Amino acid sequence: MNNRGWFRNGMLALGLAFLYIPILSMMFFSFNNSRLVTVWDAENSPTRRWYVRLLENDQLLGAAWISVQVAAMTATGAVILGTLAGLVLARFGPFRGRAFLSAMTTAPLVMPEIITGIAMLLLFVSLEQLVGWPEGRGMLTITIAHITFAMAYVTVVVQSRLAGFDEALEEAALDLGAKPATVFFRITLPLIVPALVSGWLLAFTLSWDDVVISQFVSGPGSSTLPMEIFSRVRRGVSPDINALATIMVLIVATGVVLSTLYMKREEKRRLREEQMARSGS
Amino acid sequence: MAQKPVDRGQEYVRIEGVTKRFGDFVAVDNVSLSVFKGEIFCLLGGSGCGKTTLLRMLAGFESPTAGRILIDGQDMAGIPPYDRPVNMMFQSYALFPHMTVEKNVAFGLEQEGLSKSEIAKRVSEMLDIVKLGEFARRKPHQLSGGQRQRVALARALVKRPKLLLLDEPLGALDKKLREHTQFELINLQEQLGVTFVVVTHDQEEAMTLATRIGVMNKGQIVQVGTPTDIYEFPNSRFVADFIGSVNMFDGQLIEDEPGHVRIRCNELESTVYVSHGISAPPEAKVAVAIRPEKIEMSRTAPISNENCAQGVVKEIAYMGDLSVYLVRLESGRMVRVTIPNVERHADERIVWDETVHLSWHPSSPVVLTI
Repeated sequence: MNNRGWFRNGMLALGLAFLYIPILSMMFFSFNNSRLVTVWDAENSPTRRWYVRLLENDQLLGAAWISVQVAAMTATGAVILGTLAGLVLARFGPFRGRAFLSAMTTAPLVMPEIITGIAMLLLFVSLEQLVGWPEGRGMLTITIAHITFAMAYVTVVVQSRLAGFDEALEEAALDLGAKPATVFFRITLPLIVPALVSGWLLAFTLSWDDVVISQFVSGPGSSTLPMEIFSRVRRGVSPDINALATIMVLIVATGVVLSTLYMKREEKRRLREEQMARSGS
Repeated sequence: MAQKPVDRGQEYVRIEGVTKRFGDFVAVDNVSLSVFKGEIFCLLGGSGCGKTTLLRMLAGFESPTAGRILIDGQDMAGIPPYDRPVNMMFQSYALFPHMTVEKNVAFGLEQEGLSKSEIAKRVSEMLDIVKLGEFARRKPHQLSGGQRQRVALARALVKRPKLLLLDEPLGALDKKLREHTQFELINLQEQLGVTFVVVTHDQEEAMTLATRIGVMNKGQIVQVGTPTDIYEFPNSRFVADFIGSVNMFDGQLIEDEPGHVRIRCNELESTVYVSHGISAPPEAKVAVAIRPEKIEMSRTAPISNENCAQGVVKEIAYMGDLSVYLVRLESGRMVRVTIPNVERHADERIVWDETVHLSWHPSSPVVLTI
């Protein structure tokens, strides 16, 4: 290997180290037996102790369950609203106020979370005083707040997917006698499913790791996992947080690897079939 | 292809003064047109001439800014695409990528609420007609271009429309396949008795398919007629120039009789004698159009001193069935002449830089006033 090769590989190693050493060290210390996070107890490590303790920690597990529910509801709500907005923006032509709608739906992408959080809190408080709903703050208010920013992402994903496929498909369906609702459910929806899936996952992830907005609109007993972790860390990082984080990283990594493999396989299958069609013509 | 006589018995589509504006842009400008039952009518024109917009108004995807469209005597205003007795074959074919060939073809019938067995029967009949029976279970991306085109056709025809709209039906096929498909399309049309309205920018396609052609330019219909009419008797410089190739000379009317006219062109030494009368004001500025295949070329001078020119061969393009010669006249004007290659051996053929005499029959030139 020549000098340039060494240089290139060295830079790559440095770049990867910059990205992943923090996470790897956290995983490493999750097997540390010492109570002090930064002190390695060489004699009694590695240990599964923090993982066992984690499973006994009802508070953390409860928070995790709340997070899962909020994220799932957020993702579903955001997909429904985001699809509608994306559909209108991509398919309803240059109607009056289109630019305004486009700007307003995507604004939450760049809105500072802390402002969204305060605004949501003020809204919920005054709504409760005026109409008595929503009663107090909890999972419902967190979900509503999360949907407002997550739907912006879904809108963008759906809109670009719709822009990527031929509008003539929908026209052809209309031409063949299908009413607009039938066209949507039988043609448009099946075609944008990939966008809906990725939009759902994106919204789920966004909701799953949001702390700032949740902080403002949550109520007693409705702490999400990131909030719980955050409040624990403020009292000092304990090793069981490391264990929790390791599990979360593993789950995410597995998901990413699986979906990548799946997409690779689909791509290969498609290419093979297209080749078959060409040679068979 | 020899033209069949057009049966003008029954008008099926009637377009009355239709205009379509997009903002300031006039896509279709006051078009009136009739399409007869059972004919193949081609809308021919360059890109942006409004032919596709006109087709989309027939299908119901656009509504006219002014004017009326009647199909089978019924005013189509306010009738959505899904309630029209019309089906369309899209330029991109627009096959549903997530459905098999079978499902694609069945889609339209399902919307009519037919029974499953009826749908299955009609789908398999239709797939047999377009010779795609064995591909029923394939998805569109597993088919070749020609097969996709036939699926699109089957999907539109299975609904048994009275009127089929085809947007550049052969545009995406390669040349060989296109010629073959053209004749298949004509056969199918005769077999099923459907009225076709075809949009195309390809004049060869229009000439082969059409019983009548409507030439469009800048949103207007410039001429309507059989392919022979359009080619032999163009009514304007635009049509003469757009269809086929033509040698056009600007000139002035010097003799105007009911039975003949004489025209002097600056670029030609001799006068042009045309053996039919025209309607134009005396001494009008006119154009004389002569098709390249109607010019005779020889080494000896013609007897007449009219309808002839002398020049030097500057370019020869051998095309197999015929050769195209570019001849430079003494005025510097280039004239295009095509000569069929009847002889197999090239010994007798005229070659580069030879001086040649061009001549044409008095019935060949077309005099154009607009």
